Amino acid sequence: MTKHVTTPTQDVLRGIWHENPVLVQALGLCPTLAVTNSVANSLAMSVATFFVLVGSSFLVSSFKRFIPNEVRIATYVLIIATFVTLADMSLEALVPTVHKALGAFVGLIVVNCIILARQEAFAAKHPVGRSVLDAIGSGFGFTITMLIMGSIREVLGAGSFLGYRLFGASFEPWVIFTLPPGGFFTLGFVLLFLAWWQKRQELQAKVRAWPEGVGERKAA
Amino acid sequence: MTSPPAHSHGAPPPTTPPAHHVSARSLLATLATAGAVAGLLIVVVFGWAAPIIEHNKALALQAAIREVLKQPADCDTLYLVGGRLTAEVPADADLKRLERVYLGYDEQRRPVGFAIAAGEPGFSDIVRVIFGYDPATKQLLGMKVIESKETPGLGDKIEKDSSFVRQFRSALTPLVGVKPERRNPEDRHQVDMITGATISSRVVIRTINNALARLGPVLDGYSAEGK
Repeated sequence: MTKHVTTPTQDVLRGIWHENPVLVQALGLCPTLAVTNSVANSLAMSVATFFVLVGSSFLVSSFKRFIPNEVRIATYVLIIATFVTLADMSLEALVPTVHKALGAFVGLIVVNCIILARQEAFAAKHPVGRSVLDAIGSGFGFTITMLIMGSIREVLGAGSFLGYRLFGASFEPWVIFTLPPGGFFTLGFVLLFLAWWQKRQELQAKVRAWPEGVGERKAA
Repeated sequence: MTSPPAHSHGAPPPTTPPAHHVSARSLLATLATAGAVAGLLIVVVFGWAAPIIEHNKALALQAAIREVLKQPADCDTLYLVGGRLTAEVPADADLKRLERVYLGYDEQRRPVGFAIAAGEPGFSDIVRVIFGYDPATKQLLGMKVIESKETPGLGDKIEKDSSFVRQFRSALTPLVGVKPERRNPEDRHQVDMITGATISSRVVIRTINNALARLGPVLDGYSAEGK
């Protein structure tokens, strides 16, 4: 197998789009469904996950030469758990209300498979710089998904955005969107939209590639 | 697993370990170093964060006490020691394990009422409330939910629905929860429950009633002593 070399830009963009951890790989669904009931919660969770992801990738990649294969998972989880503890304590000290709203889910970042997957699939095999870029890409990919989910759920479920009321008093919030079923509905619709959009892009690319493009478009 | 290649001349198979063998010492050393570094990092950040977290919690509690006692001029912490309330704690008592209530005073340093924190299991997890209570009139002064994981949009109305919360500023104890349409406006023991949050409303009422059933005599005893 030939080694596929990527550019730094590709390292970042991969996690944001083509290999988006949530929307494409369907990893880390627990926080995506559980804490996206408001934009503020989504943002805080994303910042914490981003910090843990980048920190862990940096450390794992820096010390990969000294970590024997047999204890690598134990060591990675220890590194991840340390960063999670730091994030947890910092959030509690700096933004107590948000920390209270996130509840147990900050601690659960330890078992977020996005993070362990990036360590195993990338940081353990690549240089520090590229591992950090890869982590930044995946972190942004996760953040974008969380913000999409959080915005839809807060606007429909509470009629507000970041706590600011968007509609008049006559608006009756769709409470279900802030409840767990709303998380599933929202994720389902977001994935559905992306699948439809991707199909459409593919079809358009095919039409453009066809020699008699105009005729094919008519047939389609 | 692949079996070792068979040797000619009937010699015993070599016992040399496979090429990638790692000594137990190196495995232990890796984990120990990682653990030590992790511990160090956590201790450093904990040293910075712990005082801030304590301070935030104290501020939040203070704000809650001021709210449920209708902005008292001053406030004392009393500890429940041996069935009596006292401001002085015996030297051998563990402060953290003692139950405490807070006594608020007005400008003339007359007691206005006690703030009591209590919790009971709700629809999901423990609901903790703090409430203000005046033993002289057996009247509530205020109620605030300090911890709850009740369903957003339904159960969490016990903290967000201001008309529900307001009822606890004058109700007489023991409380009786009723459905809004059955309420008798003359009976000041009655409290409207929230439609769609019956369990959560009932938990708040039960918590206050149970806490007062338990602490009421102690509070009365302390008030009588003071006079």
